Amino acid sequence: MKPLLKPAILVDPELIAKCKIPLEKRHSKDRLFQRGCQIIAFTSALVLVVLMTAIFVGGIGTLSANFLKAPADPDPAIAGMFPALMGSIWLLILTMIIALPLGVAAAIVLEEFQPRRAGLRRLHGFIQLNITNLSGVPSVVFGILGLTVFVSMFGFFGNERTPTVEVGATYTDQFFNEGDFVLEVPLAGALDPETEASAGMTVYTYEGKQVQLNLLDDDEPWPTQPELAMRSLRSWDLPGRNKERAWWYFRLPFGRGILAGALTLMLVILPIIIIAAQEALRAVPSSLRNAALGLGATRWQTVRQVTLPAALPGILTGAIIAMSRAIGEAAPILMIAGIVFITRAPANLMDDFTAMPLQIYNWAGRPQAEFHDLAASGIIVLLSALLGFNAIAIFLRQKLQKPLT
Amino acid sequence: MTALTPAVQFQGFHSWYGDFHALKDINLCLPKDRITAFIGPSGCGKSTLLRWINRMNDAILSARAEGSLNLHGSNVLGSNMDVVGLRRRVGIVFQKPNPFPKSIYDNIAFGVRLHMKVSKTELAEVVEWSLQKAALWDEVKDRLHDSALGLSGGQQQRLCIARAIATGPEVLLMDEPCSALDPRSTAAVEDLMLELRDSYTIAIVTHNMQQAARVSDFTGYMLNGALVESGTTADIFERPQCQKTEDYITGRFG
Repeated sequence: MKPLLKPAILVDPELIAKCKIPLEKRHSKDRLFQRGCQIIAFTSALVLVVLMTAIFVGGIGTLSANFLKAPADPDPAIAGMFPALMGSIWLLILTMIIALPLGVAAAIVLEEFQPRRAGLRRLHGFIQLNITNLSGVPSVVFGILGLTVFVSMFGFFGNERTPTVEVGATYTDQFFNEGDFVLEVPLAGALDPETEASAGMTVYTYEGKQVQLNLLDDDEPWPTQPELAMRSLRSWDLPGRNKERAWWYFRLPFGRGILAGALTLMLVILPIIIIAAQEALRAVPSSLRNAALGLGATRWQTVRQVTLPAALPGILTGAIIAMSRAIGEAAPILMIAGIVFITRAPANLMDDFTAMPLQIYNWAGRPQAEFHDLAASGIIVLLSALLGFNAIAIFLRQKLQKPLT
Repeated sequence: MTALTPAVQFQGFHSWYGDFHALKDINLCLPKDRITAFIGPSGCGKSTLLRWINRMNDAILSARAEGSLNLHGSNVLGSNMDVVGLRRRVGIVFQKPNPFPKSIYDNIAFGVRLHMKVSKTELAEVVEWSLQKAALWDEVKDRLHDSALGLSGGQQQRLCIARAIATGPEVLLMDEPCSALDPRSTAAVEDLMLELRDSYTIAIVTHNMQQAARVSDFTGYMLNGALVESGTTADIFERPQCQKTEDYITGRFG
């Protein structure tokens, strides 16, 4: 065997001197790279600081208790964003209540219940591919989808004004008589034909008192006793239709209500939650899974008692990212809610609504500078609400995270 | 020697990972209430063999097996074999200690609660018995509700053994249980095995020849997926019939 010779570059002093990179040069390159990174990092932080300062300076002046309590108004001095704030809070809570269980369940199926059969495995892969693709779909597309699926439900249940399925609504025909009293006749539903007033029929006063209708002919004089005047009508009096919704009002199709909005936002954030939850589940060491399975745990017991608790912090981090996305989305909400002028908070799941991004968009698009300040205030409120929700999620994460890790 | 009852029996057993033929024609019997050791170079199929006994290989999508594998006469590979019930009868201890990120108490209670509805006192009894049996009780009795992750590696492994016996298995599989432990902890686990020997059928995979010689009653030498030689530990180590076995145990190979 040939003796192993040391390479020339390790022994020949001339060659070593020729090829050597001076230490000083290496250090200066190191410093240069460090400075470069610092400058770039500082610049990006500076942009953010400038942006936040500009918004804060512009918006702090118009930010007041009234701004939080008042509805939008054509007069910028008294305009506020109460309906938008409440709309956004409703939306976010509803969206998370629907999206979180769905997303976590989907992630569990995809990660922990992988099928053995080849056909099912292909289906599994196909679903996985689609979820990954969905996370890149622009949110406007989900808006259009939400419009057909949730708002109109493909037209299967009639339209929003005359829904086929409806609970929690009371319809009445309202008459105003000559004495400025209101008389109400209860109706069966939206499709009930208008009431023909007839003498002696039972009607209700504005206070809900049951009275007998007194029908007057055209030429009869208006009664003088208040009791009779209160329950009298002329035969030509025409009713107006009135609809009262209970807090549990529900209808199919959903119409342009807050539930349709929340379901559409759910579509937007579902891929985010699923992917984050999958990552979190995948990060759980398989030794823990094996430990549970080896003790004779079923797959469900393993997921419920070992894998899911270990993955929970990661899942909640995903939920925070999803929430931030949902609260800032304007496009799909614009498609569902439309540009509406709303002066109160939503009162039921089907109620019309507006949201903070829409209100901000509305104000920012106006020519007057006062409205631009309002938009800046709106952004401050939006960011504060987002931080508030994130704080809740982080608090929950700390609470749920077992002290044993 | 008194007559031995077979606890686990392999007959014409083959196993594959995809196209890879991992176990070839295994014919072997693990006697009841004895310790059987499997030795052989890395990748020879010892762990695969062990993991078929309680079907841990089910988790590997490409794994499949043919031939017959019986546990006290019931077919382990049969389609009517309930894997969850099987794993209660056949406990397993892994190479790396893998306690749950829970308290010491809850680690033991976990397996018990999976299978049975027990009262607090019954559960406490089982926990104490298992920890006593695993020779861990004296070290942890004052901190049962502390995290199991605060224990040393050797203590964690004994906790895993206690956890495995708490569900009342008949067979205990140990996949290189001491390879991550220092010599003192190893000695503790080995003492424990000898202690458990009377009431459990134990199968152990080890890379440590001395360990196999020290603790086991029977030894099987495996090479490239085949069982080259098996017999009493004394025979295998002192009078190996096969040249390959002798090469391996004397350190000339592997």
